[in-house]
Amino acid sequence: MSRLPALIGRRLWQLLPIIIFATFVVFSLLQLVPGDPAVTLAGDYASKERIEEIRKLYGLDQPLIVQYGVWLLHAVKGDLGKSLLSSAPVIELIAQRLPNTILIATYSLIIATLIGVPLGVLAATRVGSRIDTLVTSVASLGVALPSFWLAIILVANLSLGLHLFPATGAKPLLVDPKGALLSATLPAVALAVGVIAELARQVRSALIEVLSSQHYRTLRAKGLSPMSMLWKHGLRNVSVTLLTLLGLQVNRLFSGAVVIEAVFAIPGAGSLVAYSAINKDFPVVQGVVLVLVVIVIAVNLAVDIFNALLDPRAASS
Amino acid sequence: MGVVLDRAEVSGAGAAATSSAAPLLSVRDLSVSFNDGDRWIQPLQNVSFDINPGEVVGIVGESGCGKSLTALSILGLLPLRGCKRTGQMMFEGQDLAALDESGMRKVRGRRIGMIFQEPMSALDPVFTVGDQITETVRAHFPVSRQEARERAVEALAAVGIPSPRNCVSMYPMSLSGGMRQRVMIAMALVCEPRLLIADEPTTALDVTIQAQIMDLLIELGTRTGTAILFITHNLGLVAESCARMLTMYAGQVVEDGPVADILLQPGHPYTAGLLGSLPQVRHRKSKLPSIAGRVPSAYEMPPGCRFAPRCSYVQPPCETLQALLARGARHVRCCRQDELTLPGAEA
Ligand SMILES: Nc1ncnc2c1ncn2[C@@H]1O[C@H](COP(=O)(O)OP(=O)(O)OP(=O)(O)O)[C@@H](O)[C@H]1O
Ligand SMILES: [Mg+2]
Repeated sequence: MSRLPALIGRRLWQLLPIIIFATFVVFSLLQLVPGDPAVTLAGDYASKERIEEIRKLYGLDQPLIVQYGVWLLHAVKGDLGKSLLSSAPVIELIAQRLPNTILIATYSLIIATLIGVPLGVLAATRVGSRIDTLVTSVASLGVALPSFWLAIILVANLSLGLHLFPATGAKPLLVDPKGALLSATLPAVALAVGVIAELARQVRSALIEVLSSQHYRTLRAKGLSPMSMLWKHGLRNVSVTLLTLLGLQVNRLFSGAVVIEAVFAIPGAGSLVAYSAINKDFPVVQGVVLVLVVIVIAVNLAVDIFNALLDPRAASS
Repeated sequence: MGVVLDRAEVSGAGAAATSSAAPLLSVRDLSVSFNDGDRWIQPLQNVSFDINPGEVVGIVGESGCGKSLTALSILGLLPLRGCKRTGQMMFEGQDLAALDESGMRKVRGRRIGMIFQEPMSALDPVFTVGDQITETVRAHFPVSRQEARERAVEALAAVGIPSPRNCVSMYPMSLSGGMRQRVMIAMALVCEPRLLIADEPTTALDVTIQAQIMDLLIELGTRTGTAILFITHNLGLVAESCARMLTMYAGQVVEDGPVADILLQPGHPYTAGLLGSLPQVRHRKSKLPSIAGRVPSAYEMPPGCRFAPRCSYVQPPCETLQALLARGARHVRCCRQDELTLPGAEA
């Protein structure tokens, strides 16, 4: 366990280059988006001189690397700048939008875990049975289904057809918890299906390996009950696979959120970044990317720490 | 010390009264079949033998003869599907073959312990040594976590692990192969079973460690009066440590008797062949440096004597089914056993 502090330290060092790299790539890619932010900022019917003035004012006339350097310098001090479009502080925009995205992502991760893991266990403990075949084939289908298509089906049937859930929008969780969960349900389910399928498949194959292992046979030879064998030893042995997978799914959920938020017209970080990118509102895009990268890395760090605690082999690698 | 002496006496008495005392385990006509998709194969056929209390019995035979299958059958550890087991296995007055899964759970680990060949993979890598021994104790005795842990420490100390209190909090990966096998032995013996089945417990270890582990097993067995069923390829180890041995060939017991007698003069040509292939023999003019041919697979069993195709003493009567017949203190499955005088392992 003494390896843990070293692990954390190593990860924190890795954080820095990843953040710089990710934000710089996004920054450069934004330049490829057609349109000129200075023209947009200057408003309709602005003169050529006015546009140039604006360009200077916002530093848009500087070389790419200088613009990026200035942004980074401010970001390090905690200042993510203002939106070029609304001139609202980027921090505020993120604070408004991100909770909706995090709610959907967490919600769908919980749904996926509660359904995907038992399905994987069910299939693994009955290899070759009809249940196993069913789970395996449904999972292969689920992995391939695009989440936006699922989202449209869900909206068409459960919202517009049966009026069970709202079709669009989001509610603040702290003010209206029931409403917030209700509006987040369909987007979360749409995102969860792929994750459920992935979890079921991976848990199944990892567990099958454990169940046929020599040390699992030892448990039977010791006279343990099947329940304690499966839920204590079986699950603990696949926990590293499971946690690592969950960490990867967080990345997947954030990228999936961009599309899902568009389908459900949810004011989340995903739709914010999509809208800002189209309009070359680079401070907003950069700010959101920065926050998401930090979240993803923090999740992966947490996964690594738990893995090291759960499996001595993970700690040494 | 007093307790230890007492137990040694008990086991000594048991060994002396081999013929009169009821056997600890009595296996009769144990057969195992597997469903291989479209047909059944029978890799274990009518296996019968006894183990007396406190006795050390060796099982030898080439790879695929059914030694492990015999061990797994006794503990009911065969695959749950596509597998059929028949016969009788009386153990302490109870037929193990008639017990259901929950009845067998009370026997496994408690009254019969088992050690496997691969110490590297037989322990759960994500639990500490202490956890794995403690849970065995708590599966069979209503004791507190604390008490179970104390027993784990005692068991580790008994198998010669230095600083057992540290060892309980270690993971298997930080232990050497020899140490892991000691942990396996501690775990198999922690509930003080009457029978220990050791399936090639030393095969995966260094030669120097092999002898230590063997000595430890025998010492613990005699000290606690635990009978040991010792499965191995190594006839030398059997010669050193077992009182009685079984030779298995192609899923059958072909010879069963006191080790000393068999070494002097084997009753079955297959046992003689195994003895002849022992490397320690000095004179190389032995007729059977190794046995030609291979163990027949379950798909192509010879109809008569299963060893006939490889036997250098084969005669027409060998084409009929062979029975395991008593010959003094021994049992031999060979129709020519009274005519043949086979070479033993001369010292
Ligand atoms: N699950 C199974 N399904 C089908 N056949 C099996 C199964 N387990 C064992 N067998 C067959 O039973 C026979 C005996 O196997 P067993 O493992 O008992 O041999 P062994 O004497 O222990 O050999 P070794 O010295 O290599 O360990 C083998 O021919 C094997 O193919
Ligand atoms: Mg074997």
